[in-house]
Amino acid sequence: MDKLNDLVAGTANPDFAQFNVGDRIRVHVRVIEGDKERIQPFEGDVIGFKGSGVNRSFTVRKISSGVGVERIFPMASPKVAKIELVKQGKIRRAKLYYLRNLSGKAARIKDKNVR
Amino acid sequence: MAGLIGKKIGMTSIYSPDGAVIPVTAIEAGPCKIVSIRNKNKDGYEALVVGFGEKKEKHLTKPLKGLFEKAKVAPAAMLKEFKNFDIAAYKVGDDLTVELFAEGDKVKVSAKSKGKGFQGVVKRHGFSGVGGQTHGQHNRERAPGSIGQSSWPSRVFKGTRMAGRHGYSQVTVSNLKVVKIIPEKNIILVKGAIPGAINSIVEINK
Repeated sequence: MDKLNDLVAGTANPDFAQFNVGDRIRVHVRVIEGDKERIQPFEGDVIGFKGSGVNRSFTVRKISSGVGVERIFPMASPKVAKIELVKQGKIRRAKLYYLRNLSGKAARIKDKNVR
Repeated sequence: MAGLIGKKIGMTSIYSPDGAVIPVTAIEAGPCKIVSIRNKNKDGYEALVVGFGEKKEKHLTKPLKGLFEKAKVAPAAMLKEFKNFDIAAYKVGDDLTVELFAEGDKVKVSAKSKGKGFQGVVKRHGFSGVGGQTHGQHNRERAPGSIGQSSWPSRVFKGTRMAGRHGYSQVTVSNLKVVKIIPEKNIILVKGAIPGAINSIVEINK
């Protein structure tokens, strides 16, 4: 198993902004259209991590024109160009799936740095 | 054409440049020493006898000891013959490494599959069992059903598929694409799954 981990260690992305569940982040996604490549940001709250090692991924949820949108990004994906930390959240769970059942004001996450 | 003996390390994922995840199996293949060469005159066919792994000398039988001494090669744990080499280009004692293969090659991988123990016909032969679970049916869900006729032939034909030992048989998967080769670690990554448990010995053929 160690041999396997050594093998893929080099393929993981260099560390972007450190973030946790509950944080609001901006993920810069590479989008390939024809032979052109551009960067598309996706900003939302991290509602959970999943997996380990090279298969580790995280889910980002945002409300886009009234509709909840979730995107799952693998940590090591070459499609993720950059991750920016927008706001740190104060949370009590590792998975924020309960946000799916909430809307409007109830679906907000408290800011960690505001007392 | 080429072949190599290796050891299954396990499965992982790697990413293609466009971001797609490729499931791969890592095989630690070679370096294998050529222990002997079979030729037309003496053996009636052409093949390379290739050794892989290490074995302590005290565990060798006398015939094997003779073989390794003659070849001046360290004792190998596993010996296999490969017929798909051009034997003129090799001599006894040569090393075979993963560099025989290139990225993008299609290879065949053979190994002993995982043993499943004594299994019924549903798992072993893909039978669908007898009938449903309703209409009063109560204990035949995974049964084989009838295994033959009546007064003729008054016996069960040979080869009739029944329950028994399942798995641990030689399985070959062909057309596996070589995704990556890491020569310094003797690792070859092939796309998809291969037979056998982790650490089992596999044979790779091109």
